[in-house]
Amino acid sequence: MYAQMVDTGLNKVVDASQMSPQEQAFQARIDADVKVEPRDWMPEAYRRTLVRQIQQHAHSEVVGQLPEGNWVTRAPTLKRKAILMAKIQDEAGHGLYLYSAAETLGVSRDDLIDDLHAGKVKYSSIFNYPTLNWADIGAIGWLVDGAAIMNQIPLCRCSYGPYARAMVRICKEESFHQRQGFDIMMAMCRGSADQKAMAQDALDRWWWPSLMMFGPSDAESVHSAQSMRWKIKLLSNDELRQRFVDQTVPQAEYLGLRVPDPALRWNAQSGHYETGPIDWAEFQAVLRGHGPCNRDRIRVRKEAWDDGQWVREAAMAHARKRAERESRAAA
Amino acid sequence: MNDNARFEFLLRMGDNALVLAQRLSEWVGKGPVLEEDIALTNVGLDLIGQARMWLSYAGEVEGAGRDEDALAFRRDQHGFRNLLLVEQPNGDYAETTARQFLFDRWHLLALGAMTRSRDERVAAIAAKAGKEVAYHVERSSDWVIRLGDGTDESHARMQRAIDGLWMYAGEGFLPDATDDAMAEAGIGPDLAALRAPWREGVAAVLAEATLALPADDFAQRGGRQGRHTEHLGHLLCEMQFLQRAYPDARW
Ligand SMILES: [Fe+2]
Ligand SMILES: [Fe+2]
Repeated sequence: MYAQMVDTGLNKVVDASQMSPQEQAFQARIDADVKVEPRDWMPEAYRRTLVRQIQQHAHSEVVGQLPEGNWVTRAPTLKRKAILMAKIQDEAGHGLYLYSAAETLGVSRDDLIDDLHAGKVKYSSIFNYPTLNWADIGAIGWLVDGAAIMNQIPLCRCSYGPYARAMVRICKEESFHQRQGFDIMMAMCRGSADQKAMAQDALDRWWWPSLMMFGPSDAESVHSAQSMRWKIKLLSNDELRQRFVDQTVPQAEYLGLRVPDPALRWNAQSGHYETGPIDWAEFQAVLRGHGPCNRDRIRVRKEAWDDGQWVREAAMAHARKRAERESRAAA
Repeated sequence: MNDNARFEFLLRMGDNALVLAQRLSEWVGKGPVLEEDIALTNVGLDLIGQARMWLSYAGEVEGAGRDEDALAFRRDQHGFRNLLLVEQPNGDYAETTARQFLFDRWHLLALGAMTRSRDERVAAIAAKAGKEVAYHVERSSDWVIRLGDGTDESHARMQRAIDGLWMYAGEGFLPDATDDAMAEAGIGPDLAALRAPWREGVAAVLAEATLALPADDFAQRGGRQGRHTEHLGHLLCEMQFLQRAYPDARW
């Protein structure tokens, strides 16, 4: 997901007998669905895990602007251009909400951004894939935003108040993102033979990376179990992935596109689609930095940040001057 | 009154908005800070919306079956009628800011005059666009002041940007036969009359920004007659790629 495989820093799930009275009271409030707020006491591991998770999520929104930004100057109609600009602008806004949520946990946005540029924290693996034709913009909205919604709707109920509230705002916008993506796919699939080929090519390239977005099976993961205890993760990776597949396969059929998985089949007994094996070696390689675009994505972000340094400094210098002048005037 | 003049006039308004929006969209994901990514895109979105209104109307006036997209994506550079100013490359943030500032202040005055247009459609578009552009003026003026009166580096960059773009700032005040016809018909503004208030506003902001008003008032011209700088062709190559490569596609 936008935050894949978040480390809790723990090697086993903490059970009640090992907890201090303070920790027990904290867990009891979480079990009773009381939201944790910034001023409340919280275990250090909870705080650190949340920072990691929210940070990864925020970076994903920000880096996620780039693959779509790659087509914004080449959008084929004025209407599509306007919609895409508005969509990417939403993602920047999501980054902003999430950095603000992270800041309530005592970290600064600038430090988090430094961590990203230094390669210390990840963003979603999906944004390391290239957008090669216009249908990729449709596929991202349909599949990537679609997968994001699957994950984020449950997170609206997560235990940390600022994160849950950020997620509520974000989810309101995500359904528009998915719709605009599907709408592009529909136009492409109803269009010329060239367009239909672009649509199929896009699905061929984005299908498996979209399934990988949910992360490897975490049925055995200590980190996931602890995060679920803390209610900062609500459903397992496999559950979320299954929901996504069940929702998406019929949509691909409706579009007249072929899902690139020869093993894909409907299981009437379980009432779910079954997919072939996911190539986790590819996923791990992308996380290690060997995806097609890892280098370019970080390079572009760093360049933008470095090029903007003098602008940020000037804005702060000006604000200081203004404040000084005002205090002199008041004196 | 001649409908060709009206068509030309509408293209000029539409192309200014379209070309500048295209330039702003090049910034997507690359602004100096997240808040600016969002703000720049806001301005770009306003301009795209305005371009669509002007170009749709232009297509109707022309009566040759061209819609906003045919006009945006199927004209070559000599068919474009925007000011040379808006097609200039983004450069650094000071250049993007200077270009926006010089244009916004012209744009707001021009739209203000057009709200009294005898062409009701023009008046309505100008009224709607004017509300948006009033905010653009505020924002770009504010950034000129911040960067001008910020650090030594930002001051130097901002001054260089203003100086470098100054020769493109005057084109909007040089009427030709089309403008004369539009002004006489009560449809378009008297462009020459906008110069004094523009200069007054620009000078006030530059003074607050501790920046010097350039002395040389030489103005490049030609964009509004279809004679552009070398930059526009490249911008169009990129913008028009899909419509050109797949002329039969419906997007
Ligand atoms: Fe988002
Ligand atoms: Fe989204």
